[in-house]
Amino acid sequence: MISWQKLNLGATITEPGSARQFLTGDWRTQRPILDKDACIKCGRCWIYCPEAAYEADEEGYFKCNLDYCKGCGICAQECPVGAITMVLEE
Amino acid sequence: MAVAKDFTGFKARELPKEEYFSPGHRGCQGCAGALAVRMILKAVGNRVIVTSATGCMEIISSPFPQTAWEVPWIHVAFENAAAVASGIEAGLKVLMRKGRLKEEKIFVLAIAGDGGTADIGLQALSGALERGHDFVYICIDNEAYMNTGIQRSSSTPYGARTTTSPAGRKSIGQMTWKKNVAEIAVAHHIPYVATVCPSYYLDLMNKVKKAALTPGPAYIHCLAPCPTGWRCAPNLAIEIGRLAVETGVFPLYEVINGEYKIQYPHRRLKPVREYLQLQGRFRHLTDEYIEIIQKRVTEDMAKLRALEKFGSFYKNVIANL
Repeated sequence: MISWQKLNLGATITEPGSARQFLTGDWRTQRPILDKDACIKCGRCWIYCPEAAYEADEEGYFKCNLDYCKGCGICAQECPVGAITMVLEE
Repeated sequence: MAVAKDFTGFKARELPKEEYFSPGHRGCQGCAGALAVRMILKAVGNRVIVTSATGCMEIISSPFPQTAWEVPWIHVAFENAAAVASGIEAGLKVLMRKGRLKEEKIFVLAIAGDGGTADIGLQALSGALERGHDFVYICIDNEAYMNTGIQRSSSTPYGARTTTSPAGRKSIGQMTWKKNVAEIAVAHHIPYVATVCPSYYLDLMNKVKKAALTPGPAYIHCLAPCPTGWRCAPNLAIEIGRLAVETGVFPLYEVINGEYKIQYPHRRLKPVREYLQLQGRFRHLTDEYIEIIQKRVTEDMAKLRALEKFGSFYKNVIANL
């Protein structure tokens, strides 16, 4: 919590992208698992992710950041080769 | 008046890597609206000032004291996204003329929902388009007031069940047809109008960039499937957007200086039923009503194709006078 004395004038927020501090990963009931053998590195999962949770690693694979993934399953649905499967969170 | 010529379009393999809409926003699972905003900012880049109307995209991106925006962003009230954008554009112009700001191209973007565009913000939008400010207005259309709990808007399609247009024995849900705001924008004779859907990401990003580079006002209507309000599985959001386009419910076209060009669907239309049956909000519709919707969609699509044909015909006639 922030006390009102510490707020900026007009309650402006000066730090861009500060929503990153809020980890939405705990909303998830299913997590995406990538099968690297099947992956063709097309990047559909990355461009269709509403959370911007996917990031490319050095090898060119796209890796899901589970701190933010809400488990919507769009990546698994849109993967053209079916390399992503959703498994239930334990 | 022409669209910038040096922009040749984004390529699927070389999309911008930067994110200007950060993760950690509070959008529902599978929110295509948040996805659309993310793609829009990717296309436009960071030399931009964004203003939002009240709506889903405003509340999920700015839960105080945090913000998901990595570009300058302002929210004032529900009805005046276009008016605020006009003010920003005029202010930038004066500050640059007086030498208080470095001369450079700063895009001005207004992002509003369908309520903030078709219902509450319509007159502000019309005024801004008429005054000819150099800005882009993007309507993220999820076809109802989703953030307050799925109330109908004038952009809700015929037959859809919402909490204020419930379906039952005496009602089929929404009883009026969807307002076509893109056509209203075309009627202002502005240089660029387009419809987009995040399911077609290259099309969306190219059109947004084109709109931003076009001098003068531009209007973009974006269909954003909403799993919460449309009562569908979150992983189907992209698929439903694609079906909306392929069935002709939401054709993707652009209007440059009054000339229509349809991008999708370029094949035969799929039956509307395929789009409707995936969504719980249309579950109560009987064959009779699906037939009515099918008829209307076919007619609208034929009208749009005629407009496209007529445009080039008209141009030839004028050229040969």
